[in-house]
Amino acid sequence: MIVQLSQHLTTWLLLVVVAFVAVPPAQASDPLEFLLSNGMKVLIVEVPKAPVATVQVWYKVGSRNEVMGRAGLSHMLEHMMFKGTNKYPNGSFSRLIRKNGGMDNAFTSQDFTAYFENLAADRVGLALELEADRMQGLVLDQNELKTEREVVKEERRLRTEDDPQGALVEALFAQAYMSHPYHWPVIGWFGDLDAMTLEDLQRHYDTYYSPNNATLLVVGDVKAESLLPTIKQLFEPIPRGPEPKPVLTMEGEQRGERRFLLKREAQVPFVMMGFRVPNFASEDSYALDILESILSRGKSSRLYQSLVYDQKLAIAVGAEYSLMQTDPGLFYFYSLVSPGQKVEQAEDALNREIRRLQNEPPTDQELQRAKNQVEAMHVFEQDSNFRHAMLLGQSESIGAGWKRVDQFLERIAAVTAKDVQRVARQYLIDDARTVGTLIPVPPKQPEPAPAAAQPGKS
Amino acid sequence: MKHWIGLGLWGCLVVFAPSSLSAADIVPMRFVAPNGMTVLVLEQHFLPIVEIHSLIKTGSAQDPPDKAGLANLVASLLDEGTTSRTSKQIAEQIDFVGGSLEVRASEDFTTASARILKKDVDLGFTLLADMLQHPAFHKQEFERIRTQILGEMASDNDDPGHVAMKAFNQLVFHGHPYRWPLNGTEETLGKITVADVAAFYAKEYVPGQVILTVVGDVTVDQVTGLVQTYFGGWKKSPGPARNIRKPGVLDKKTVQLIEKDLTQSSIVLGHSGINRTNPDFYAVSVMNYILGAGGFSSRLMDSIRDKQGLAYGIMSHFDARLMPGSFWISLQTRSETTNQAITGVLAEMRGIRDAPVSDQELAEAKSFLAGSFPLRLDSTAKLAQVLAQVEFYGLGFEYFSQYPRWIERVTKEDVQRVAKQYLDPQRYALVVVGNLAKSKVKH
Repeated sequence: MIVQLSQHLTTWLLLVVVAFVAVPPAQASDPLEFLLSNGMKVLIVEVPKAPVATVQVWYKVGSRNEVMGRAGLSHMLEHMMFKGTNKYPNGSFSRLIRKNGGMDNAFTSQDFTAYFENLAADRVGLALELEADRMQGLVLDQNELKTEREVVKEERRLRTEDDPQGALVEALFAQAYMSHPYHWPVIGWFGDLDAMTLEDLQRHYDTYYSPNNATLLVVGDVKAESLLPTIKQLFEPIPRGPEPKPVLTMEGEQRGERRFLLKREAQVPFVMMGFRVPNFASEDSYALDILESILSRGKSSRLYQSLVYDQKLAIAVGAEYSLMQTDPGLFYFYSLVSPGQKVEQAEDALNREIRRLQNEPPTDQELQRAKNQVEAMHVFEQDSNFRHAMLLGQSESIGAGWKRVDQFLERIAAVTAKDVQRVARQYLIDDARTVGTLIPVPPKQPEPAPAAAQPGKS
Repeated sequence: MKHWIGLGLWGCLVVFAPSSLSAADIVPMRFVAPNGMTVLVLEQHFLPIVEIHSLIKTGSAQDPPDKAGLANLVASLLDEGTTSRTSKQIAEQIDFVGGSLEVRASEDFTTASARILKKDVDLGFTLLADMLQHPAFHKQEFERIRTQILGEMASDNDDPGHVAMKAFNQLVFHGHPYRWPLNGTEETLGKITVADVAAFYAKEYVPGQVILTVVGDVTVDQVTGLVQTYFGGWKKSPGPARNIRKPGVLDKKTVQLIEKDLTQSSIVLGHSGINRTNPDFYAVSVMNYILGAGGFSSRLMDSIRDKQGLAYGIMSHFDARLMPGSFWISLQTRSETTNQAITGVLAEMRGIRDAPVSDQELAEAKSFLAGSFPLRLDSTAKLAQVLAQVEFYGLGFEYFSQYPRWIERVTKEDVQRVAKQYLDPQRYALVVVGNLAKSKVKH
C-alpha cells in the first residue's frame, strides 16, 4: 500500500488515476523552444514512438496567488474553464476532444494550473485551437458558477472532509505556514467557496490567463517545423496581458515545534511531520532529494526496512520532498500505523531514522543506489509523453526553467554522503518541525434511522 | 534443451521499422516453450528500457471458500524471499539499479513484473524467475505479510468507496468466489496456513499457467536466450483443474445501508455483468460509454454533475472478467441529496433502455473508443499488460488491427438491445455508506 500524499496537494477537474509520486526532475530529451511575440513560451518534444501526443497549457497561477477569503479561486476557475466560450459553448470542449479519440482534463496545484489533451498525433491542431480559444474567450456565467460550486464542494467533501489522511495533510500545511498562501488548501475552504463571485473569477482570469503567463507544451509524434506555424497562427493574435504582481508574502522563520491533533472516526492512526526546506533555488535541494531516496524509495529504503519490515510499526511509511515548488515547501514524513501499535512509537521510529542520518553519513552503497534510482527514473519518465510534458511544464511554471531539469542529473551525481548528512542536520531539526497526529475516535452511535430504511438488507 | 523453441515459430517474426508504431502494427512474436510457458515478445527500441511482465492464470477466483485471500497472500509472498535470496536482498538488488518489481493478484489472474533499464535486463530476469520458481514462504515472512494485509484491511475501512464496493460485491456475487475482497476477510485470512500457501503455489504456479510478455529494447533472439537460461529448468506439470461455475443473478432488489460518520453518501448501484469474451462486449462498451463511462460526455455526468451539481464524479462500469463480472454505477453526493442522486441514476438506466440513443451520441462514442485506442498502448508497461491480457482472454492478436472495426460495426439497435439485456433498473443491488439519518434512503 502506498499513501500518495502529494495527491492531496493537487486538485483535478475530475478525479483521475495518475499517481503523483514525488518526481525528481531529470534530464529529458531536450525540447525545442520558441518564444512567441506575445511572450508565450512554446516547448515541443518530437517523440516518434507511437502516433500519439499530449498538448498541455500551463499557467503560472495556483493557490499561492490567492488572497485570504478567496482560497480555492484558481481551482474554481479551472473548473469554469470547461464552461465554454462564444465559439465553443458549454460542453463542447470535452465533447470535441472525445469525439476525436482524445482525453482532456486539468489540474491545479499550489503553484500552477495546467490543462491537457492526450490524443492521436494528427489531431493536436484541434487541441491547440480549443486551448487558444479559451485563453481569451471564456464566458463566465452565474448559473454555471452556481452548479459548479456545488461540484467543487462535493470534491472537497470527497478529498478532505471524508478522508482522514487528506484532512491531516490540509491541517499540516495550515499549521506549518502562517502567512504564506501555502497555508490554505488548493481546493479552498467551504466559506471561501461560498463567497466567491463571478467578478472574482473574471479578475483572476484577466490577470493570469494570458500568453505571457503561460507555457505551451506538445510532446509526441509531431514535427516542430510543421506545427509551429499553426501555433503562431492560433496564439500570436492573443494580446499580451498584464504582468502579474509577484507574491510578496514570505513566511517567517519557525522557532519551535508546532504540534496538533486531529480527532475523527478512523480505523488506524496516522502521523505526519513536515520540515520547512528550500526549493530548487538552493544547492541543498539536490542533497535533500537524495536524502528522500535513501529514506523512502523502494522496499530496501531505510524507513520501509525499519518501520514496516523490522519493527512492524507501520502499514505504510514514507518521506516526500519536491524541490519543484515556486516557494520553499515542506519535506514531510508520514506513517500509517499498524493496528495495535502506538502512534507515539511510530513517531519515535521516524525520529530515530532522522537522527541516524544526522549522526552518520549514508553508506557508499546507499548513496549510489539513490543516484541510480534518480537516473533510471529519468529514463522511465520519458516512456510517457504525458509525464514527460508534465516535468517540463512544472519546471517552467515554478520559474526553474526546463534547462534546470537538464542539469539535474549532474548536480545529483555530485552529491556526497557528507552533503546528505549536512542537510539532514541543517533542516530536519525539531524546532522547524510541524507534527500532526490523526487520533481515531470510535464511530458515533447512529441516530435512529426512519422506519422506511432500516440498516440491513431489504 | 536445444529444441526449446520450435524453429517453425520464427515464421511469425515480422520486423517493422515504421516512424511510429501504430496499434495495427502491433504483432508480437509468440511461442510456447516445451514446458508449456507462453512467451510474447514485442521489440520497442525507442528508450533503453524493458518491461518483463508475467501473467499467471490464477487469482482469487481459485481461493477455497473458507480461505478467501489465499491467492493474494501467495502473490504477496513471491518477492518476500526465495530459496536463495532474502526479502531484503531482493529489494536491495532491484532498488540498486533503479528498477521496480510489482506483484499483483486479481480475480482471474496474477501478474508479477519487472521494469528495468536495458543494461540490467539479466538482473530483471534473474529476480523474476527466482520469485516465480523458488519462493521460500518462510514462516516469519508469512506471518509478517499476513499481519500487514490485516492492517491494510483496517485502513481500507477508512475509504467509504471501498467499504461500499466490498458490500456490493457480496450482494452481487453471493455464493461465488468473486464475492470476497481480493485480500480476503479478517476471518478467512486468519484460517490460512503456510501449508495452504505452499499447496496453492505448487498447484497453480506451473509453467503452463504462465504468459511471459517482454516489451522494450531487447531483440527476440535475446529474449529467447534469456527465457531458456532463466526458465528452461522450470519443469512442465499438469495444469490445475478448473471449476467453471458462473456467478448467479440477482432475483430481486437488494439494499444495504452502512452507517458511517461522513458528510457524503458513497453510493454503488448495479448488478451482474458480462464476461470478456461475450460477443456483445463491443456493443456494451459503446452503450456504457454513452451511459456513464464517457467522462464529461456521458449522460450520467451531464445529468448528475453538470446539470444538478450533485457529485464531483460519477461513472458506470462493466467489469468484464473470465466469468461474468459486474455492472455498477458509483458516486458520492452529500448526505441530503442521496435520494435525488439515486433517482437520477435509475432514470438514466431506464432512459438508455427505453429509447434509442441519438445518432450523434452513437457516432461520438464510436469515434472516441476507436480513436483513443492507441492511447491505451502508449507506454511500455501498458503495452505489456494489454498484450498479456489479449493472450489470456484468447482475443487473438488481430485485436490490435480489428478493434476499431469491431466498434464501428455497433448499431443504434445493438446499443438499445444490449441496454435492455444487460441493464436492469428493477433488480439491482444498492449500497449506501454514510450518515443514514441524514440521507434517509428511500429506494
